[in-house]
Amino acid sequence: MPRYEKIWMIFGFASLILFLAILGIMAAFMGLNPPDSLRTTVAPEKVETAPPFDQPGVYQIGPKEYRVVMLSYVFGYNPGTITIPQGSTVHFEATSRDVIHGVYVPGTNINLMLIPGHITEFTQTFNKPGEYLYLCHEYCGVGHHLMQGRIIVEPSTT
Amino acid sequence: MAETAVYDRKANIDSSSFRFQPEDKRLILAHLSFAFGALLIGTIAGLLQTLQRAGWITLPPQIGYYQLLTAHGVLLALVFTTFFIVGYFYSGLARTLGGELNPRARVLGWIGFYMMSVGVIIATALILVNEATVLYTFYAPMEASPWFYVGAALLVVGSWFSAFAVFSSYLRWRREHKGESSPLFAFMAVATMILWLHATLGVAVEVVFQLIPWSFGWVDRINVSLSRTLFWYFGHALVYFWLLPAYVYWYVNIPKIVGGKIFSNSLPRLTFLLFILFSIPVGFHHQLNEPGITSFWKFLQVILTMMVVVPSLLTAFSILATFELAGRAKGAKGLFGWIKKLPWKDARFFSPVMAMLIFVPAGAGGIILASYQLNQTVHNTWFVTGHFHMTLASTVVLTFFGIAIWLIPSLTGRKLTRNMNRLGIVQAILWGVGMIFLSGTMHIVGLMGAPRRSAYATYGNHEVAMAWLPYYDIIAIGAVFLFVGSLIELYIFLHLMFVAPKTNEPVQYPIGDMAETAKEPPRILERWSVWIGLSLTLSIIAYTIPFISLFEHAPPGSLPIRTW
Ligand code: HEM
Ligand SMILES: [Cu+2]
Ligand SMILES: [Cu+2]
Repeated sequence: MPRYEKIWMIFGFASLILFLAILGIMAAFMGLNPPDSLRTTVAPEKVETAPPFDQPGVYQIGPKEYRVVMLSYVFGYNPGTITIPQGSTVHFEATSRDVIHGVYVPGTNINLMLIPGHITEFTQTFNKPGEYLYLCHEYCGVGHHLMQGRIIVEPSTT
Repeated sequence: MAETAVYDRKANIDSSSFRFQPEDKRLILAHLSFAFGALLIGTIAGLLQTLQRAGWITLPPQIGYYQLLTAHGVLLALVFTTFFIVGYFYSGLARTLGGELNPRARVLGWIGFYMMSVGVIIATALILVNEATVLYTFYAPMEASPWFYVGAALLVVGSWFSAFAVFSSYLRWRREHKGESSPLFAFMAVATMILWLHATLGVAVEVVFQLIPWSFGWVDRINVSLSRTLFWYFGHALVYFWLLPAYVYWYVNIPKIVGGKIFSNSLPRLTFLLFILFSIPVGFHHQLNEPGITSFWKFLQVILTMMVVVPSLLTAFSILATFELAGRAKGAKGLFGWIKKLPWKDARFFSPVMAMLIFVPAGAGGIILASYQLNQTVHNTWFVTGHFHMTLASTVVLTFFGIAIWLIPSLTGRKLTRNMNRLGIVQAILWGVGMIFLSGTMHIVGLMGAPRRSAYATYGNHEVAMAWLPYYDIIAIGAVFLFVGSLIELYIFLHLMFVAPKTNEPVQYPIGDMAETAKEPPRILERWSVWIGLSLTLSIIAYTIPFISLFEHAPPGSLPIRTW
């Protein structure tokens, strides 16, 4: 191998390893992992007959801590509006009743695939008040681009 | 004006008097013509969908946005590419393996061609009658007409026959040249087809054992996560199946065009072998944000994904070195003087160089996408679409245009006239500018949250969504440039097929010569069983436990649903 090529390869290899090490440290020690739950549901078309998706909604489970049980379907979400106070941590549990959907909240790390039969789990803290848009970002049929919801983060009064 | 052939005026006239055999001509031209037909329909769909999404036009009620998008994805990403690649490979094999394809390869080649064509025609017809608006990824449990999947199966299995045709020519050459290492072109074509065979196993299993029985109603339910995982076993390697033929052109043909030499006979081979190893056990980077697969395995596959940085850097080095050596051999001085000595006015060179330039930011975007955590900010946004319009629709496609402009005349025995050459350069510029508008802007608006695969929508006039709209206008302008570019490309194709002046001179088929200093490649590089074994082993390591887990944690499965 010519000398310059060796230098080039060593440089390339070293930056690759450094880069992967950073990703690995963020994953292993800072808990920055994408959603990876192995929980499943009953048959998708019957998902509304069994907990937790028989009662989708927003549940407070602690001070500034919420659980959102979300069901998606063509072409909408239940709940379609989620209202929480500023600074809340929200644990999402979501699935689909029919085809594959997504939940994506621009400006946050919420970027979830909802696969019928599987439960997608993700936790996010909302520190900035405002009205967040969420939308479906996996093609699900003719009304795909109409599928949306809102997360309203109310400014804390204190 | 007298139309003079470009080649006559070049210093690097090929002394070889290579001509295609009529049987090979027919086979190759059949593939290329099919590819260009797909390009025409595909880019019409591309233009219309972009204008719809920008809110410039409203589609007539008979045509749906997602129907166009399905046609666009299938015809360009699956059909144009596959047919072009197979045709190009046959041409290079005929050129470098003794001047012609062997009879058995021709038979296999035609079987492949007819199977693929029938499959494509069935699938396209169903898309056009709105029976298969499932996009080119056809994720279950959305169910297309069962015949759409049959069409897909024919395309895949047909392409295996094309691969067998490649292997057959190669094996015949090996038998007749015992102990020699094969010509670089043939080696690379074989490596690409091995990659293809391995990768398509995933989608073939998905289509034949899951989608077809389920859509015909022979079984009720489908394991959705399993089908996605099988799809992506194939889906990422698919992108290297597109890219590697472009690399073949850069490594093997371009050195001749720039008047240089291929400076190593081993590194290019090693590059291709690394792609065989590292382009398959990586599909999870398309599934990072979904349940059913644990983080450990996702991360492992992210590491394997990043390994392709190595052969990519090798390629960048080799190509630049070839250019520099060629320029210096022509007497270039100074650090960068060699750049001026390159044949900038030759479309055979200009298009692929445009392709290479676009590949630099494209590769950087790819690293962002594959980054385990960063992926969450861009997954399924238009950033992704911007990314593959740079890699596939620019880098690969412009390289293919650069190939077509000399390959077609060398098949039809016509002259690549100066006017066509000039038009080829104009075409590449239009395409490059169009893609900067289109895919550059898609990257930006994707970072701002615009989702991919979505018709025009303002999301209840939410401010986030409203901020995307001006960018959609820029993208639509890019689409207009691109559409004009594709019409010009089709004009060039038809002109070189039917109109350009006939010539009795053999038209040059550029194949680079090895540098005298290039050493004979080590035997191990051509011991395919080793590399196939390693490739399978890596896939087994990366996929066995996740597959078991998909069965163990399988939900009851999904019934078919039609939502369009
Ligand atoms: C006239 C030129 C082109 C235009 C205007 C164009 C435009 C577009 C647009 C706007 C999308 C995204 C639609 C959406 O996400 O809603 C798209 C998707 C796509 N394009 Fe193109 N494109 C062009 C050429 C190409 C070429 C040459 C290729 C490949 C060889 C290609 C491959 C694809 C693929 C694979 C998709 C994804 C389809 C999907 O998400 O299902 N495009 N194109
Ligand atoms: Cu959707
Ligand atoms: Cu990929």
